[in-house]
Amino acid sequence: MTDTSQFQTPGSQPRSHAGSLLQTDARTKRRNAAERRFRLYGKAAIAAGLLMLVILVTTILSRGTGAFTQTFMTLQVELLESKLDKKGNRDLGDIKKVSTFGYAPLIKGAVQAKIESLGIEHDLKAKQLTGLLSKSAAAQLRNFVIANPDQIGQTVEFRFLASSRVDGYLKGRVSRDSIANDKSISPAQLDLVDALIAAGVVEKTFNLDFITGADASDQRPEAAGIGVAMLGSLSMMLVVLVLALPIGVAASIYLEEFAPKNWITDIIEVNISNLAAVPSIVFGILGLAVFINYMHLPMSAPLVGGLVLTLMTLPTIIISTRASLKSVPPSIRDAALGVGASKMQAVFHHVLPLAAPGILTGTIIGLAQALGETAPLLLIGMVGFIASNAPETLAEGLLSPNSAMPAQIYEWAKRADPAFYERAWGGIIILLVFLVTMNTVAVLLRRRFERRW
Amino acid sequence: MSFVKLTTSALTIAAVSATAAAARDQVQVAGSSTVLPYASIVAEAFGENFDFPTPVVESGGSSAGLKRFCEGVGENTIDIANASRAIKEKEIAACAENGVTDIIEVRIGYDGIVFASDIQGNSFAYTPSDWFLALSDQILVDGALVANPNKTWAEVNADFPAQDIQAFVPGTKHGTREVFEDKVILAGCEATGAFDVLKEANGGDKKAAEKACIALRTDGRSVDIDGDYTETLARIESNKDGIGVFGLAFYENNTDKLQVATMSGIVPSTESIATGEYPVSRPLFFYVKKAHIGVIPGLKEFAEFFIADEIAGEDGPLSEYGLVADPELADTQEAVFDEATIGGNS
Repeated sequence: MTDTSQFQTPGSQPRSHAGSLLQTDARTKRRNAAERRFRLYGKAAIAAGLLMLVILVTTILSRGTGAFTQTFMTLQVELLESKLDKKGNRDLGDIKKVSTFGYAPLIKGAVQAKIESLGIEHDLKAKQLTGLLSKSAAAQLRNFVIANPDQIGQTVEFRFLASSRVDGYLKGRVSRDSIANDKSISPAQLDLVDALIAAGVVEKTFNLDFITGADASDQRPEAAGIGVAMLGSLSMMLVVLVLALPIGVAASIYLEEFAPKNWITDIIEVNISNLAAVPSIVFGILGLAVFINYMHLPMSAPLVGGLVLTLMTLPTIIISTRASLKSVPPSIRDAALGVGASKMQAVFHHVLPLAAPGILTGTIIGLAQALGETAPLLLIGMVGFIASNAPETLAEGLLSPNSAMPAQIYEWAKRADPAFYERAWGGIIILLVFLVTMNTVAVLLRRRFERRW
Repeated sequence: MSFVKLTTSALTIAAVSATAAAARDQVQVAGSSTVLPYASIVAEAFGENFDFPTPVVESGGSSAGLKRFCEGVGENTIDIANASRAIKEKEIAACAENGVTDIIEVRIGYDGIVFASDIQGNSFAYTPSDWFLALSDQILVDGALVANPNKTWAEVNADFPAQDIQAFVPGTKHGTREVFEDKVILAGCEATGAFDVLKEANGGDKKAAEKACIALRTDGRSVDIDGDYTETLARIESNKDGIGVFGLAFYENNTDKLQVATMSGIVPSTESIATGEYPVSRPLFFYVKKAHIGVIPGLKEFAEFFIADEIAGEDGPLSEYGLVADPELADTQEAVFDEATIGGNS
């Protein structure tokens, strides 16, 4: 709408101040006010967005950072020969026959000896004393003995994880009020923990195992780590990269540079755009039907997860590759063809290198999307209790059962013990670090190499 | 060219996968989310103490697990289904149709179902009749069946506070739901006399009367939770009037947020469930595909390890976590050792 009132001819109804640029009339005022209001709305929208982000980040950080520290108890354990190697011949087969249950008395003895040596008074039962330690202690001890059978008979110092309740007490999650009905821990045990903290036996330190370790069962949340799931995610990303990038780039080069423009290519184009909008769970069902039930690939394997995510990432890569190929000006192609290059030489020697930054950006964003995907993994058995050991070779990493970071977070959030909840938030921090890094790399690549025409 | 390299490596991966598809060396388990914590404790200990890889345990609910179990025989199907209820005739038939004929049933112990509410809220002492009157679709008022008019717990039982009725019960895909219907709602239905009236209305058909009894009201006072107990807990945290149905083990890990209600005057605990005083308990099972024993390494060892005395016995880690040990564990151990199947002894 144009404001004609200021340009009225002198013959018509005269108005005060008409035509003055120094004094704004009511209509201009209204327009200016509308603009100011709109700017305000815009600012409010940005502020609301930022506020959400701040709330999200502070919530994640405040709840998740606890997962990176863990309470440990340092104990001297006497590796009794009578318990671990009755025959005394240090035969690994015989030593392995002693299950983790056989190691429990050694730990019990070590805790009692420690408390006695410190002269701390208490009236707790032996079971309550070992209850301060994680159930993973026996496994830790057994693994050590199997790796070092020559140490049997010696007294060795170990750093054991404290149980999740003790850990929660040091982190302020567990208090004497909150455990009124809790069977796993009593106020008397917490008194003992206080004394042990004073003696320097119990301390809370940075816990690398959270970043490198494997999942643990519901009874020992303190031992759970995200490392193996991280390797699972990385294996899947490798599969996605190796499959989706060549296939996606080849498909888009053909469609963009070589394919004739007719109704068939139009249909293909529409369908690629449609595929990009298909919910990821659909790809999960497809993966279950095709890769596991028909092709008999192993269940819960990152290879299958990677194949499913490849299907999901392909459209993203094809669309971004085509866009960046399109943005290379035709003059480059014409020049190359003009000096006698074949069509393929023109594409591979001149167009593709210029489009590469855009392709890489698209690929990284596609990978980041795939990294955060959980739904399709549900159907191919990658969500659940999968405490496999860290894979040693690439093939094992692709084929032995594993989880993925988002799936692991989902799994932890479901579990009963509140200590798992903290770990879920901690896992989110690690996942976010990955995603932010990948997106930053994508932005940097674009800034650094992209050419504007 | 890196492009060529990438393509060749892609082909290599495809080749590797084709050769490796032949063998699966870990046990694959799925099913009840109530059994999941126990199964994962056992799986972890199994991985620690044996040279076999740690079994993979997925959840999803008893019915979903048994459905996957019955999909057929072969390495692309699961070996063990966890269930918080016994397998049904219908499911055995569905299994047989797909070639899964020899199923070993293993009872690992008992589990209590508790009713818990927010720790700050009112305490309750329920009887099955209270739950029937609060949640059933139709109840008996002055001898006539009417659509459930109760809005607060005080209307159900004058001893209760005037708190809005808001219950979070497990969805129908959970085995817990069936036990809840059987031992609480149906028991309440019979106790309030609604059962007899319903039976008459259905022409003496007992099945139809039972079905009518366990129909829960659909006006939003009873909410089906299809997820896990954590979802029920989150609902209660956001709605302080809510009462949720939980497994005993879950409650025992969240005593700082939940308070438990008594049922017929009995406080639920592993002891009161073991003696049978606490009425709402049920056995937990897992089912093993016999055809997979000897094919999947470690399957039989895992099944035997699960019910070994040091695991499922009275002082084992499972009872520490909340499972009520089975007094007839020795019989089960023997049955697993002999690989005795349902409906046969082969």
